[in-house]
Amino acid sequence: MTTSRRTFLRIAAGAGAAAGLAACGGTSGPKSSGSGGASGGSAKGGATYWYLTGAPGEGIRTNTVKRFNDANPKTPIKGTTFQNDAYKTKIKTAIGAGQGPTIIWGWGGGGLKSYVDANQVEDLTGWFGENAAVKDRLFPGSFGAATVDGKIYALPAETVQPIVMFYNKTNFEKIKADIPQTWEDMMALVPKFNKAGIAPFSLGGQSRWTNMMWLEFLFDRIGGPEVFQAVFDGEKDAWSNPASIKALTEIQKLIKAGGFIKGFSSITADSNADQALLFTGKAAMMLHGTWTYGSMSSDGGDFVSGGHLGYSNFPPVAGGTGDPSNTVGNPGQYYSISSKATAAEKDVAKNFFKTAVSSDAESKEWVAAGAIPIVNGSDSLLTGQKDEDWLKFVYGVASGAKTFAQSWDQALSPTAAEVLLDNIAKLFQLSISPQQYADNMNKVIGT
Amino acid sequence: MTTVAPTTLPAPSRTGVTNKTGGTGSVTWMALPAVFFFIAFGVIPLIGVLALSFTQWDGIGDIHWAGLDSWRTTLNNPGLPHALKVTFEIMILSWAVQTPISILLGVFLASHERYRGVLAVLYFIPVLLSSAAIAVAFKALLDPNFGLGTGLHLDFLNQDWLGKDKLALGVVVFIVSWQFIPFHSLIYQGAVRQLPRSMYEAAEIDGAGRVRQFWSITLPQLKYTIVASSTLMLVGSLTFFDIIFVLTAGGPGDATRTLALDMYKTGFQANLMGPASAIAFILVFVGLALALLLRRIGGGGLADSQMEGA
Repeated sequence: MTTSRRTFLRIAAGAGAAAGLAACGGTSGPKSSGSGGASGGSAKGGATYWYLTGAPGEGIRTNTVKRFNDANPKTPIKGTTFQNDAYKTKIKTAIGAGQGPTIIWGWGGGGLKSYVDANQVEDLTGWFGENAAVKDRLFPGSFGAATVDGKIYALPAETVQPIVMFYNKTNFEKIKADIPQTWEDMMALVPKFNKAGIAPFSLGGQSRWTNMMWLEFLFDRIGGPEVFQAVFDGEKDAWSNPASIKALTEIQKLIKAGGFIKGFSSITADSNADQALLFTGKAAMMLHGTWTYGSMSSDGGDFVSGGHLGYSNFPPVAGGTGDPSNTVGNPGQYYSISSKATAAEKDVAKNFFKTAVSSDAESKEWVAAGAIPIVNGSDSLLTGQKDEDWLKFVYGVASGAKTFAQSWDQALSPTAAEVLLDNIAKLFQLSISPQQYADNMNKVIGT
Repeated sequence: MTTVAPTTLPAPSRTGVTNKTGGTGSVTWMALPAVFFFIAFGVIPLIGVLALSFTQWDGIGDIHWAGLDSWRTTLNNPGLPHALKVTFEIMILSWAVQTPISILLGVFLASHERYRGVLAVLYFIPVLLSSAAIAVAFKALLDPNFGLGTGLHLDFLNQDWLGKDKLALGVVVFIVSWQFIPFHSLIYQGAVRQLPRSMYEAAEIDGAGRVRQFWSITLPQLKYTIVASSTLMLVGSLTFFDIIFVLTAGGPGDATRTLALDMYKTGFQANLMGPASAIAFILVFVGLALALLLRRIGGGGLADSQMEGA
């Protein structure tokens, strides 16, 4: 780890042995990019900004910073990039130790709320009032996860990423089956694919949030968005809702039927092994975020370019009350401003938000990378693109959704999210029953 | 091992020491740097952790006094006995695997033939690799679809290695052993080389074969080395974190969630620094108790000589 010595000491004094281990936790150290030196804390005359690595997002974020710095050479923004999982821990400890950046890249929801509760992020409600043009440009639905107790604490940015069902069309031709239209169709396909030696569904189960995506959709299709909303609102015993129990039972039915690829609990999503299973033909279907499209087209040979990839929204479940247009995923990414930054740094950050983030130039780059920027009217950019059909499909899912729910682990507090992921993993291991899952989860409602 | 060997060396007097080194006064100040670092990086953080365990803190906000709340939560959490159980399972299993193999390898490597020297260098390689790198490499090899089994076309290697409770635990023990056996072999190699040749010559004259020599001379003579190496293994296994974190992240479910992992997840993923500090303190306590116990079993009595009969 390349944690600076001073940061490390500061943390060590705070949390002792625990923090020492945290230093070993990340798999990659921070990298500095953009202008300026390598220190993490402050930038002369400008502001600091921490964000995530990984193509294509990293390059686009870096370009946005670069454009801003070219236009404002006196108040540059110094960017530092981190790998996704390492960042989640790093940003928390850094903010707690007062060593955080001016601009905090985040996922909104429960994580943002914990910063708000600790008075670590700036209230931007007034700023959005003065700069209505900034607000009106963005998808209205993206503001939900930026809002805590009626106040806006983050700028929604970047792209909308619903979770959709992907299909390997070649495998469907092999067993002469059609793309499933309902949950029951999918269940019926499971034995057929298994007979043909093809795994019905690919799943990177070790990452846990991958399993969670299945529950998010089953809960929605069976009982509508109200079921999880009740959990989010802290209603007592909300997980014991009959719709919730039915969804949990359905997923265990699918697991018992051999729906997921053998050894799914050993597969992680961050290695993209789950995507590889789909494009190498070992699996027929995969439920995943739209962000996987880019890596499947670059790593999958002619899988995407040859038209072998199919996609649809999650199908409805018979007797379910949820609207089949509903979707879940990331309604956007969220940029906050540290309340501990100096007034000058805050001004730089606000100027960055106003003039650089989600600019037309940035939107074009996102579209070229196969993603939908959260800017109103971005559909006009889609025509004539290489991946036009795909882009129009994602835009349709995102804009046509009656409810666009945020991923559960992002919506809940970090404490509740950890218990959630833990229990979901056990549910998928079949080591707890739906009833036990509900009991375990009811205990942490409202924490 | 019951006879008490006569102590032949008189205890050196303090004046004798100072005269020989040519210095004056006491040499206790030489321990000061060590004491300083121990206090700065051992004692003070420990006090901090103890204090934190009586508070409520999410890692970013203000710290609130919470009395015994964290301890109550931690001790009532069914995850704690489970984490303790997993920790001790990994500890005992990896000790039971590592010790015999390390002793045999150490004895094997102690001879001075050249090819054994070459092998010793090769064996030592895992010790030089970072734990995280080892875990990443093994994770790739154990992938049930794109791993070693597929590469070598050996289907029995395509198991759900990290996805089944017992299997995942076994894999952790295997990798930990793979990493640390070379280190302990080296300790045993050094110890075996210290053994006086005369003992073996005497045994040979008495007609003892190689196996008999191993059981009657080598093994008893290695007693203190075994105690030292076991202490390192057992206490060290309490802090296994990096390998397990990268390999399974405590999964599947909580099958490989050791105390150290439980502490990290509670503190840094669930944002509960109070209970995490309580777990950390339990970890320190268990480690200390274990080290003391091993010292007692090892019977560090100075009167015992390893050279009896030599």
